[in-house]
Amino acid sequence: MTLVDHADHAERKQALSAIATTKALSRADYGADFGGAEVRDYIALLKPRVMSLVIFTALVGLMVAPGHLHPLESLIAILCIAIGGGASGALNMWYDADIDAVMKRTANRPIPAGRITPGEALSFGLTLSVGSVLMLGLLVNWLAGGLLAFTIFFYAVVYTMWLKRRTPQNIVIGGAAGAFPPMIGWAAVTGTVSIESIVLFLIIFMWTPPHFWALALIKSDDYRAAKVPMLPVVAGEAVTRSQILIYSLLLAPIGVLPALLGFAGVTYGALSVALGLLFIGAALRVYTIREGSLARKSAGQMFGFSILYLFLLYATLLFERLAGLPALPSLL
Amino acid sequence: MAEIIERVTLTDTQKKRQRRRSMAIAFALGALVLIFYAITIVKMGPGVMNRPL
Repeated sequence: MTLVDHADHAERKQALSAIATTKALSRADYGADFGGAEVRDYIALLKPRVMSLVIFTALVGLMVAPGHLHPLESLIAILCIAIGGGASGALNMWYDADIDAVMKRTANRPIPAGRITPGEALSFGLTLSVGSVLMLGLLVNWLAGGLLAFTIFFYAVVYTMWLKRRTPQNIVIGGAAGAFPPMIGWAAVTGTVSIESIVLFLIIFMWTPPHFWALALIKSDDYRAAKVPMLPVVAGEAVTRSQILIYSLLLAPIGVLPALLGFAGVTYGALSVALGLLFIGAALRVYTIREGSLARKSAGQMFGFSILYLFLLYATLLFERLAGLPALPSLL
Repeated sequence: MAEIIERVTLTDTQKKRQRRRSMAIAFALGALVLIFYAITIVKMGPGVMNRPL
């Protein structure tokens, strides 16, 4: 019997226990599908949806930063950040293949589905990690390269290997990995880490917990089955709803900081206030509506709105820069 | 005593997939060559020609 024959999640988890212990499976485990990976399976290892967010936020960091970078260097910087982000996704899928196999959302990923071996995914992830960091360092600057290396390390080792299976605060600390790309984009242009790039980092850092906890409220059964200690599984839904509200209250003023610090204009200032209030409103709905299908719906709406919130904030920063709109005077 | 060597015979589908993977690797390597060539010109500019013969 091969991996792909295990339709039942429990059986598949048992079959994949080899991954958890040795990270290696024999050729026989893969049966006829051995060596049968399509190019798109390797692209799937890079987590293209996460990568698109990485590209977008890095681009905004790069465009908003003061100074000039040749368009080709900018393109290379974005490419390296995207590949580095994808590489950390591949390393994450290599390490998490056992829990991916038991969650419906992730069971069809290339490794648990048996299309790519763990060893192949590990080699792919490591090669792209080293390649993207060296390329960014050599062709753009070493601060940006160093930050990319730290981001990959943070996501693959600190989040995936260390925190994810041990603490319900996994998302809070691990979220830093997803918050680094705009800082790397900024560093690619300026060669420095400044308060502005830290604010761009903080917006995503504070946004991540309410975003993922809203999803975790809906998918808590999946996380429970995979024994991933997400907050609703470990501390319960009530605590999760409170935490979502607390982080939303912290996020809303941080979202306005670019305007207060004088690197965003009046459009951004007004929009960030309005979106921040809507974000708090969505969190309040999640906090107050706790029973029945409406509770599930409000968590789903919170998750959907959180994506729109981050996209609109960053898109407005980009729009203001491209349109040449003046920034507000710094109030801090 | 002759050593038995285990060989893998790929099916036609596996061969096709292997070929597509090879094409993707070739494309990526070609793109890298172009990137390094172009960035060398951008970073060094006319200085790329300025060397003792």
